Amino acid sequence: MKRLAVVLAIFSCFRLFASDNRELEKRVMALSRQLRCLVCQNETLADSQAELAADLREQIREQMKAGRNDKEIVAFLTDRYGDFVLYRPPLKPRTYVLWFGPFLLLGGGLFALYRSLKRLGS
Amino acid sequence: MLAEIGQFSLIVALLIAVIQVTLPMIGATRGKRSWMAVGIPAGRAQFIFVAVAFGCLAYLFVTNDFSVLNVASNSNSQLPVHYRLAATWGSHEGSLLLWTLILGFWTLAVTLFSGHLPKEMVARVLSVMGSISVGFLLFLLLTSNPFIRLSSPPSDGGDLNPLLQDPAMVLHPPMLYMGYVGFSVAFAFAISALIGGRLDANWARWSRPWTTVAWTFLTGGIALGSFWAYYELGWGGWWFWDPVENASFMPWLVSTALIHSLAVTEKRGAFKSWTVLLAIAAFSLSLLGTFLVRSGVLTSVHAFATDPKRGIFILCFLGIVIGGSLLLYAWRAKQVGLGGNFDLVSRESFLLTNNVLLAVAAASVLLGTLYPLFIEVLGMGKLSVGPPYFNTIFVAVMVPAMFLLGVGPTARWKKASLPELAVRLRWAFAASAIAGIVIPFLVSGWKPRVSLGLSLALWIVITAAVSLWERLKNGMGPQPRSYYGMQLAHVGVAVLIAGITLVTGYQAEKDVRMDIGDTVNLGGYDFRFNGVTEVAGANYLAGRAEIEIIRNGRMVRTMYPEKRVYNASGNALTETAIDSGLFRDLYLSLGEPVGQNRAWSVRVHYKPFVDWIWAGAVLMMIGGGLAASGRRYVKPAGKQRKVES
Amino acid sequence: MRFAIPFVIFLLLVVFLAAGLLYDPHEVPSPLINKPAPAFQLAQLHEPGKTFSPQEMRGQVWLLNTWASWCVSCLEEHLVLADLARSGDVPIYGLNYKDKRENALALLRELGNPYVLSVLDTDGRVGIDYGVYGVPETYLIDKNGLIRFKQIGPVTREILDKTILPMVTELNQ
Repeated sequence: MKRLAVVLAIFSCFRLFASDNRELEKRVMALSRQLRCLVCQNETLADSQAELAADLREQIREQMKAGRNDKEIVAFLTDRYGDFVLYRPPLKPRTYVLWFGPFLLLGGGLFALYRSLKRLGS
Repeated sequence: MLAEIGQFSLIVALLIAVIQVTLPMIGATRGKRSWMAVGIPAGRAQFIFVAVAFGCLAYLFVTNDFSVLNVASNSNSQLPVHYRLAATWGSHEGSLLLWTLILGFWTLAVTLFSGHLPKEMVARVLSVMGSISVGFLLFLLLTSNPFIRLSSPPSDGGDLNPLLQDPAMVLHPPMLYMGYVGFSVAFAFAISALIGGRLDANWARWSRPWTTVAWTFLTGGIALGSFWAYYELGWGGWWFWDPVENASFMPWLVSTALIHSLAVTEKRGAFKSWTVLLAIAAFSLSLLGTFLVRSGVLTSVHAFATDPKRGIFILCFLGIVIGGSLLLYAWRAKQVGLGGNFDLVSRESFLLTNNVLLAVAAASVLLGTLYPLFIEVLGMGKLSVGPPYFNTIFVAVMVPAMFLLGVGPTARWKKASLPELAVRLRWAFAASAIAGIVIPFLVSGWKPRVSLGLSLALWIVITAAVSLWERLKNGMGPQPRSYYGMQLAHVGVAVLIAGITLVTGYQAEKDVRMDIGDTVNLGGYDFRFNGVTEVAGANYLAGRAEIEIIRNGRMVRTMYPEKRVYNASGNALTETAIDSGLFRDLYLSLGEPVGQNRAWSVRVHYKPFVDWIWAGAVLMMIGGGLAASGRRYVKPAGKQRKVES
Repeated sequence: MRFAIPFVIFLLLVVFLAAGLLYDPHEVPSPLINKPAPAFQLAQLHEPGKTFSPQEMRGQVWLLNTWASWCVSCLEEHLVLADLARSGDVPIYGLNYKDKRENALALLRELGNPYVLSVLDTDGRVGIDYGVYGVPETYLIDKNGLIRFKQIGPVTREILDKTILPMVTELNQ
């Protein structure tokens, strides 16, 4: 049993459970779910059991307790780790193509289709 | 001995494939019948030798021959025999061999079922498919040889990744490849047509069943992957917009557009160049997906072999195949011709509008997947594009497409009228809108997104029913199989949407520390934790929890989620316990031991209607199968049929 | 000629993918380049009664190297750092990250100490401020206290010679 627990603790990347305050915990997890873990990069900060992920969740917890809102905490993290931690790419000049591209493409495509159909009919 | 035979077989297959590429193509250009005819025996022989090689590798795995590097790295004597067999394709090298085998299989199918096609076309198609075979065989032999021997073999192997020791994971690659590789047929048809400079409605008719069958397999492969992720990874999610998932989804979106575009081209001989482009795109995206998974270019769960040398090879291969076909397209597409005559408002135009929507969706997924790479290469830093982006964009583009799904099949070919459609569909619209608004209240409380999703799902189903009712009422007699196939596939989409909408809207989870005897309540059920015992499996050691599910004081079921540690590799894995139901899943995942007195962290999920997601996929597959097996294709080509469907 | 558009798009794609093969998708570049090195005041490893702060290094070019006794990759760069310390080209200060004091001292005793001094970041808070996500990580800080370069992963001879030392020379002028 003990061997199992020790091995699990070392090899597993699943996160440990929460603290006492249910509401606070919900908020911490909700925000952590939108952030990328930097060590286990295929997991969210909420799910990862990497030590850094636990440390960062603790940071988030403390800052929320201190009254900071989500935006400020996200800024804290992006100042240190860059936009890479955000799963939702922020709307900035360098992401304009990303966010607006699909809609421009859609408009262009539908317009091109319309023109082709009209030409076909005549 | 067998490893050497396997490797030798691959070399022979390569040589045959080279013949398969050259002689038939030259023969078709020069009109030499004998050279064109070489394609068929060459294709069959190439398949046989690849099959021999694959058989050798499989045998090496099953008999635990650890002198072969691939076996030693990916298998283990404690592994049950069916997983030893599956380990054949559990590695980069093995899965590539599987890809090549399946390509050989589709090649064989083309040689068997193309008797009614013009000889030049068959020759060119086999030649094109042969060129893909050459590429993959070279890739195998030069960079990814599964038959390499070890000079000092270990006594036992490293074990198959525990994540792959699972029935769904065993089936997932073969199904996926049957899809990816299947699109090579449509691709080869398209290239053939461009080279020959001639494309008529027959070309579309011949391409359709091949494309539909490949699409069916791809749907199954993706659904299996999603289902596996759901029950295996322990987080309760089923789609993460991970680059590798996207790599399979893009060909699916494009091939869905292709199937519908082929219908228009067959019917009206119109939009041929667009259809050809889609055929090229579908297979190109399959190849691109292969590159992304194996080159280490993107951060992904799937990290296969992250070896830049392999990445360079595939990229060159991609450049030649896709670049070559798109160059050919740029040069010849105009000759393929315009044609066709239908109104601005007609079933054809609705189909094509959906094509645009699907193509834009695929392009958006591609954009989101590659954007981090673009930004990084341009020196603009590093960012992530994750589910929030994809969910927003994809849903926005797909909502109108889902609405059109209801309108298209009801509209007349060639000339339809919007006012008339509105009249025929007004009750369907009202019913789905009202039900969509009301049902959420009855389930768990109103949510706008749930309302929208349900309305769309109901809209699709009700309009399908309306269409069927109209046909039967008008005395059109029994409908062709392909009609039912289409309707079933569309209903499958509706079921899928309903499942996604409801589970996303109403799912709940609780993550708690449980001592022995503790109970947690979720979704109207009580879950009582009775402790964890140590259990030994065939090749692992597990902590198995016993959790009782109680509803209204009565015991419903006992569940046994586990945390396993595999002996050979030391890897740890969660085995979730799921109580599946038509209307909900109860999903239990064991976390970690907590504290001293045998308490563990446990995650409990309530997942309403989640199985509808995969049920929808199954319906789509049945629909696809029906459509492909329709009479119009099974009977040899005669005159063009006038039956509408 | 609109039929050539798909080909052109594909060409661009291949260029990006080829370039992408040169990058490591796991590496997270630092947003702190050319920004002030975050302030801290931590106890020193060898003399816990005394503290150290980056402020004290104003007017000098120096390296801040994160390390730990449990960090296997750190051993890879140890020889390179030892050589650098001997040459005296640029002083190295250590940030002992999430470690136990006894273990850290033992490691330096065993392998030698390339650091002018090391500070104890036991809870990793300072590491977070510096955007540390995987030791070893090394920061080159200039006379004005700005971070000019960050090396993620062990410092190799090549990186030292080709990137770090030239920058040090430049910054010292």
